[in-house]
Amino acid sequence: MAEPTTKDVLFDPVVKSNPIALQILGICSALAVTTKLETALAMSVAVVLVTGLASASVSLIRNYIPNSIRIIVQMTIIAMLVILVDQFLKAYFYGISKQMSVFVGLIITNCIVMGRAEAFAMKNSPSMSFFDGVGNGLGYSFILIVVATFRELLGKGELLGNKILGPEGLVAEGYVSNGLMLLPPSAFFLIGLIIWAIRTFNKDQVEAA
Amino acid sequence: MEHYLSLFLKACFVENLALAFFLGMCTFLAVSKNVKTAFMLGIAVIVIQVITVPMNNLIFQHLLKEGGLSWLSSSFNDVDLTFVGLISYIGTIAAMVQILEMTLDRYFPALYNSLGIFLPLITVNCAILGGTLFMVERDYNFPESVVFGVGSGVGWALAITALAGIREKMKYSDVPEGLRGLGITFITVGLMAMAFMALGGIQL
Repeated sequence: MAEPTTKDVLFDPVVKSNPIALQILGICSALAVTTKLETALAMSVAVVLVTGLASASVSLIRNYIPNSIRIIVQMTIIAMLVILVDQFLKAYFYGISKQMSVFVGLIITNCIVMGRAEAFAMKNSPSMSFFDGVGNGLGYSFILIVVATFRELLGKGELLGNKILGPEGLVAEGYVSNGLMLLPPSAFFLIGLIIWAIRTFNKDQVEAA
Repeated sequence: MEHYLSLFLKACFVENLALAFFLGMCTFLAVSKNVKTAFMLGIAVIVIQVITVPMNNLIFQHLLKEGGLSWLSSSFNDVDLTFVGLISYIGTIAAMVQILEMTLDRYFPALYNSLGIFLPLITVNCAILGGTLFMVERDYNFPESVVFGVGSGVGWALAITALAGIREKMKYSDVPEGLRGLGITFITVGLMAMAFMALGGIQL
């Protein structure tokens, strides 16, 4: 692979090599926080921050980490960052933090953070790793926000808790809200369809049957 | 006794970690291509879950929880260490996985060889940390946490084996091009989750 530029590192993961749609990373938390756009946004910001900073810090000390305990070292760095995010959310956005319950903590085991630390940050410079982390975080956020928008819009006829299209909201205009969209399985269907859409445009991602 | 039985069934089916909370999805989707490996991974998850959930329960109840340290001296009565929870749970999990790997390697080489590659993966399996975090959130006591560990592990193993079975059958289906592989797997899991939701209303 040729020397990647900052722009490639930052924007490739958004559509071309999306962590969720192609690398099968970070699906765990992606599905549970997407019933509402608000929690999805909070989660996105948290993940972008944690992935970026974790990649940068792992990269900073990459030459000093003994190979045999690297997983534990990476885990500790990630866990520390996640605790910061968790405490911050509890202090300033208590409502959101309550709704996301254990899923803030689960950012630790979000494979995106770990996967990028392992696959990219261990071999590249701190600044590049930071952008790679942020880029992958953005790719994750992209899917999260699309899914959350559909789920909240179709499930409740609202966006970010606001009534849209007219003062009374869609429901008053005669829209019957689709309860299925608020239930867990709909997230799977939506991500499946997003993958289908992405692969229709990027033919080279199609898997052999 | 009845209480524990219902807790087990609830952890195993009604609140299935994989299909109701989407935990451990990355490995769930990536390692479900054939039934045999999926089953092995399931077993490994059950083992780790049974060890780590009660372990973390002890750590939470006797070290981290507010007043948990009072067995040391009464001056620790209002020490609340829950904010370092995450880092200690993941540390326990990583250490347990490492220890289990070494023990298996030493005493059960056959089992180690078949599970080998999956063990390190389990450290980052959200189902394990998720199980611990749910245990903390619901404030289970020690016996409850053992039952919850077994139940949630079995539920996860069951789900991944079932998915692997479906995917093996699906080899013979004609799936639209862009949907092959990951896409159709997502949709299959969605349908499975819907089926599991039928159990959702059960009060035990």
